[in-house]
Amino acid sequence: MELAPKLLDMLWAILIFGAVIAVMLGLASFYENRGGRRVGWWFIGPSLALLAIGLVYPALKTVWNSFRDAGGGKFIGLENYTQIFTNSDELVVLRNTVLWTLVTPFVATGIGMIYAILVDRAKGEAVAKALIFLPMAISLVGASIIWKFMYDYKDPAGGTAKHPTHQIGFLNQVLVWLHLDPVNFLLNSPQNTFWLIVVMIWIQAGFAMTILSASIKAIPADIVEAARLDGVGAFQMFRFVTFPSIRPAVVVVLTTIAIACLKVFDIVRTMTGGNFDTNVIANEFYSQTFSAANQGLGAALAVVLFVLVVPIIVYNVRQLRASEGR
Amino acid sequence: MMAELTNPGVAQDVDIAGATAGSAPPRRTRGDIAKRGLSSPWASLAAVILAVVWTIPTAGLLITSFRPAIDINKTGWWTVFTNPDFTLDNYKQVLDTSQTTSLTPYLINSIVITIPAVLLPILLACLAAYAFAWTKFKGRNVLFVAVFALQVVPIQVTLLPLLTLYVKLNLNGTFWAIWLSHTMFGLPLAIFLLHNFMREIPNELIEAARVDGAGHVTIFFRMMLPMLKPALAAFGIYQFLWVWNDLLVALTFAGPGTATAPMTKFLFDLTGSRGTAWYLLSAGAFISMVIPVIVFLSLQRYFVRGLLAGSVKG
Repeated sequence: MELAPKLLDMLWAILIFGAVIAVMLGLASFYENRGGRRVGWWFIGPSLALLAIGLVYPALKTVWNSFRDAGGGKFIGLENYTQIFTNSDELVVLRNTVLWTLVTPFVATGIGMIYAILVDRAKGEAVAKALIFLPMAISLVGASIIWKFMYDYKDPAGGTAKHPTHQIGFLNQVLVWLHLDPVNFLLNSPQNTFWLIVVMIWIQAGFAMTILSASIKAIPADIVEAARLDGVGAFQMFRFVTFPSIRPAVVVVLTTIAIACLKVFDIVRTMTGGNFDTNVIANEFYSQTFSAANQGLGAALAVVLFVLVVPIIVYNVRQLRASEGR
Repeated sequence: MMAELTNPGVAQDVDIAGATAGSAPPRRTRGDIAKRGLSSPWASLAAVILAVVWTIPTAGLLITSFRPAIDINKTGWWTVFTNPDFTLDNYKQVLDTSQTTSLTPYLINSIVITIPAVLLPILLACLAAYAFAWTKFKGRNVLFVAVFALQVVPIQVTLLPLLTLYVKLNLNGTFWAIWLSHTMFGLPLAIFLLHNFMREIPNELIEAARVDGAGHVTIFFRMMLPMLKPALAAFGIYQFLWVWNDLLVALTFAGPGTATAPMTKFLFDLTGSRGTAWYLLSAGAFISMVIPVIVFLSLQRYFVRGLLAGSVKG
């Protein structure tokens, strides 16, 4: 089998890297003993080199390419960007990305928050939380397969009276049990985008729950007790005590999920391939760059993604600082 | 009451509803009080319903992976409760290396990809973070902010130029392309996380060692590394799950066939080419999930820390 050479490759890679770092450290040590002052450069040298090659140069190159034509040759100004904001296919892409980014954070955070409050200090809290959080640990491809099976649709007309068609997708079976017609969830636009969003909500609710649960547990006991003594009910407790206390964390969770949604790729690629009007920016970027060989448009899409992500991240980092500085 | 003070999580069965607030010790945990408000049967019911809804999709596919291939496309997985019939054939088939649909080579690739892709950024970032935190050189702060800012670069922006570069260097389709990519993409977060952690180590400790004549290399190995364990674990788990579950980097840089592609790419291709072969998809998906779920469950508490810090990555 090919196992041995691959493992050997892997060991080599680790050894080579280890050796490079050992040499760097040796040089640093030697240099320092001779009275050198700027020993820090030896420590950051390798990382800076990799970042320059792997992130800075490619990012600049992509910005450059976004002003050029499909083959990367001729300079065409803003044409690629004009196309993104005027072409009807690209507008669907933008619309879907906006839907993802607006719907998912609020629904996922809402569910996560409710669940965190419900199971807080309840019996079996750890197990209850693990159940919701597990989707975070698996790959988005795995999650997509799980949900594609949930949405599976069999045409009821395909069966005969003797051998009727049985639905194997759970959601369609629920519809059958309710005496409704089965639905081809992933084919019918525009609802299909929402069915894809459900997968992301399923994953991110666990993230929201975990962060908010930690935040709820950090609320000082005396505040809650004082409110309790004043005789507030459960809803007032939430409105006047719990929610104001965890608000910074809620904002961080919302923005974090929004960023993940702007960049969503795996789910759309695996479940529909971006067909049936479900395309999003990250998937359209991939298709244009690697399938349609339209480098220019692909680069412009990547830059648009970058520009959309930055303000949210800046806001997110500020909120994170604020919530930690409490 | 004392039991609740020392270990509030265990004391849930103690009935405190009758205890008046005045007689309670002042440091009573909030949970004891809040419990009365929210432990209504409706709240419990809502929690159980949510948990069940969240588990059904996974449970359905898990049950399916143990059903005979011929049944899977004929009847729903819920029929096993009235008509049980289980088999390990799907797992045997998907692991059988003589089959073209075998997952095994991809499983090996996933392991071969993940180990260096986690170790390399950790090694490099340890050094860089140490330099940023504890050595002085010109332009240090500007560089650190620049590295921090690099976290926001979506990897899409880098893919095509990197691919061109790999092709030029003859690295395309090799493990090196994937290792290097994951290392580059992971570095900003790793440096940032480890730097923050190193800054928390008291200055006096480092100064004392310096006065004793220890060089930076000695301080790094003797003092820093042992103290860094939690931060290393946080980043390590984060990076592990990121690399193991990644699809985009694999699609872009992995070679054809079984050469270097990880399991995610195999499953992705299988969904496209044999989207109704649920006996393969279900078993394959669960094999790919076993390792991350185990890692995650055993190291959860480190993971949450890395999760928040890494929220802006990639």
